[in-house]
Amino acid sequence: MESSRYLPEASLDAWLGELASSHELIVPRREGDAIVFGPYDPAVSPDISRDATAPPKSTVFPACEELMRYSSVKDADDPSRTLVRMEEVMPSGSRVVFGARPCGTRGFTVYDRVFDAPAMHDPYYVARRQNTLFVTLACSEAGSACFCHWVGSGPADASGSDVLLVPVKGGWLAEGVSDKGRELLDSPLLAPGDKYAGEAKAAKAKAMESLESAADLKPAPESLLAVFDDMEFWNRMSAKCISCGACTYLCPTCYCFNITDENKGMEGSRLRTWDNCMSFQFTLEASGHNPRPTKAHRLKNRVGHKFSYYPGLHGGAIACCGCGRCIKSCPAGVDIRQIVLAAMDRAKATSQGNTTGERA
Amino acid sequence: MQPLEDLKAAIKEALPGLDFVIGWESGWNPLLATPLFMYAPEDVDKLTWGPFNVNNPATYLSALKGKKVGVVVKGCDSRSVVQLLQEKLIRREDLTVFGMPCTGVVDATKIARKVGDLGMISGAKRTNGTLSVTTHEGSLDIPWEEAAADKCLSCQYPNAIISDHFKGDPLPPTLGRDPAAEQLAALEALAPAELFAHWKDAMDRCIRCYACRNACPMCVCRDHCIAQTRDPHWISQDDTVKEKLMFQMIHSLHLAGRCTECGECQRACPVDIPILALRRKLSSVVKNLFDYQAGVDPNAVPPLFTFQVEEAKINERGW
Ligand code: SF4
Ligand code: SF4
Ligand code: SF4
Ligand code: SF4
Ligand code: SF4
Repeated sequence: MESSRYLPEASLDAWLGELASSHELIVPRREGDAIVFGPYDPAVSPDISRDATAPPKSTVFPACEELMRYSSVKDADDPSRTLVRMEEVMPSGSRVVFGARPCGTRGFTVYDRVFDAPAMHDPYYVARRQNTLFVTLACSEAGSACFCHWVGSGPADASGSDVLLVPVKGGWLAEGVSDKGRELLDSPLLAPGDKYAGEAKAAKAKAMESLESAADLKPAPESLLAVFDDMEFWNRMSAKCISCGACTYLCPTCYCFNITDENKGMEGSRLRTWDNCMSFQFTLEASGHNPRPTKAHRLKNRVGHKFSYYPGLHGGAIACCGCGRCIKSCPAGVDIRQIVLAAMDRAKATSQGNTTGERA
Repeated sequence: MQPLEDLKAAIKEALPGLDFVIGWESGWNPLLATPLFMYAPEDVDKLTWGPFNVNNPATYLSALKGKKVGVVVKGCDSRSVVQLLQEKLIRREDLTVFGMPCTGVVDATKIARKVGDLGMISGAKRTNGTLSVTTHEGSLDIPWEEAAADKCLSCQYPNAIISDHFKGDPLPPTLGRDPAAEQLAALEALAPAELFAHWKDAMDRCIRCYACRNACPMCVCRDHCIAQTRDPHWISQDDTVKEKLMFQMIHSLHLAGRCTECGECQRACPVDIPILALRRKLSSVVKNLFDYQAGVDPNAVPPLFTFQVEEAKINERGW
């Protein structure tokens, strides 16, 4: 089995059809003015003209998943007692996600360290992750909200993917990244790829060049801790934020969740749904006390988690893939890059005794 | 641009007596200005005015109780300010309103339809009837009518309805098409099952982020919204279309007679669900029943603030 093969554009639909015959196939689809991931329909071509509005995160970490079902039943032997019957709902079946961009799939490497680690093994997440293959599309050029290269990634980053498609003349060079990914390339619709290797390499280099020079984020973890109690800084940084949560729900690396029981009479479901730190309810305690009472506290958590606390716990890995969705989709135009840079400036200014700092 | 310089001067003069003034500055993308909080004179220098000042700064006001703030408004934004005042959600004496005549703002969604990804835009400029947008593929000239927010094509209030400092010459109302009314008429012409199918289809991609709610200047329950309360449990955590649509119904009904049709709810929606039509429908019902339009008359009493045993246009006994 070769590790890279040529996929002519003319064979794309046929190859997708082939993938769909052996897997559940998920593709980016145009719905109204948005592009979102959903089941493949042979009658509708996937829209891969640009990065999808929503990342592919829901394919492995659904917005809402049923963890178990339960019902209350009378004990036949002792009618004064009620028994609870439970049934676990485990994900099954294999799926292929086609057409995400590298930042979207890299997001799962952030989840892996949390949900599939010695300290915590989330069976639901792991089952989906293992059964889901990603055929990712390398970017040809970066947009103005993209900063994947700041966080150690790039327009042709294959981490988290099983196959990486690199645009070349008349189609793509399909590079097998994992063993399972290489198996997907074992199709008569794909041709030998050797002669496209040089072109693919050049395409990757060109995409990288389309990005402006990267900021050095090494001081970020320390800086964010240094400004932790500086509420004037956070109040100003969050002034225009409307505390909605669009940024977290569209983020390929945000993984906070809520678990609730939804009762319907004598039965119900235990659901796990996305939660987000920009919402007041996120840390609202039963007593009514909320340790993060304002949007400033919440935005501080979002930025701090990604660029300081998570790297602190996971060997320096930044919990942001630089996709820029939080910037593009923020109704108020909040730019996370500016906040991280401003925190680094502020920490530096404070340590040099200049407490007015940069306000950005 | 002289009026903008005059406006900046007025803001600088007022600033010492205010906590801050809210306006706009250039954003991460040339097409999208972003709210600017001006605390000091050097912040005021960043203020922009023009077709990219889309955000409604009135959205922030109700959360700023106890502060003395200034706000720069377009005509439509001022309607939200007026409505907030009418509902006593903000205090006039705490507020300084700055305005300039407005000739319309862009609708980023319409432009994205033409250029694809907004992130690929490197320049944007409006000259008279054209918006020129630059991407790596070159420059694209879009007729203003196809780039502007629907509300601007038939704008009745291009000048701030109330203001303390207004710079520039007031403009007459715009007498263009009303695409929003056309869209509403098309939806109203659908049979109930088709209409329901339309909304089911549109709401399917809702991610329940509630950006539509938080962007709305008149949505003031915020942290205590019933969409997220456990008791009473109006909406479950389930992500079915039923739950999502239920929220839109609640939002729309809570905005009946209050919605100023600024369009922020729809603009904020990250997956571009055309939810403004729901609000517009309620507004047209309120207009027909109570002859009331939100936020246009500081002296009017909103219909939900009055009670009459017999409403003139509600036939309570005749059926
Ligand atoms: S940063 Fe933007 S998207 Fe995120 S909560 Fe604030 S306003 Fe919403
Ligand atoms: S924080 Fe923003 S840029 Fe980073 S991964 Fe999340 S959405 Fe993308
Ligand atoms: S509706 Fe009127 S005031 Fe509002 S942005 Fe459009 S033209 Fe300006
Ligand atoms: S419901 Fe929408 S259009 Fe109406 S006031 Fe709120 S944000 Fe504006
Ligand atoms: S902004 Fe859009 S996606 Fe978010 S809750 Fe509202 S309708 Fe749903």
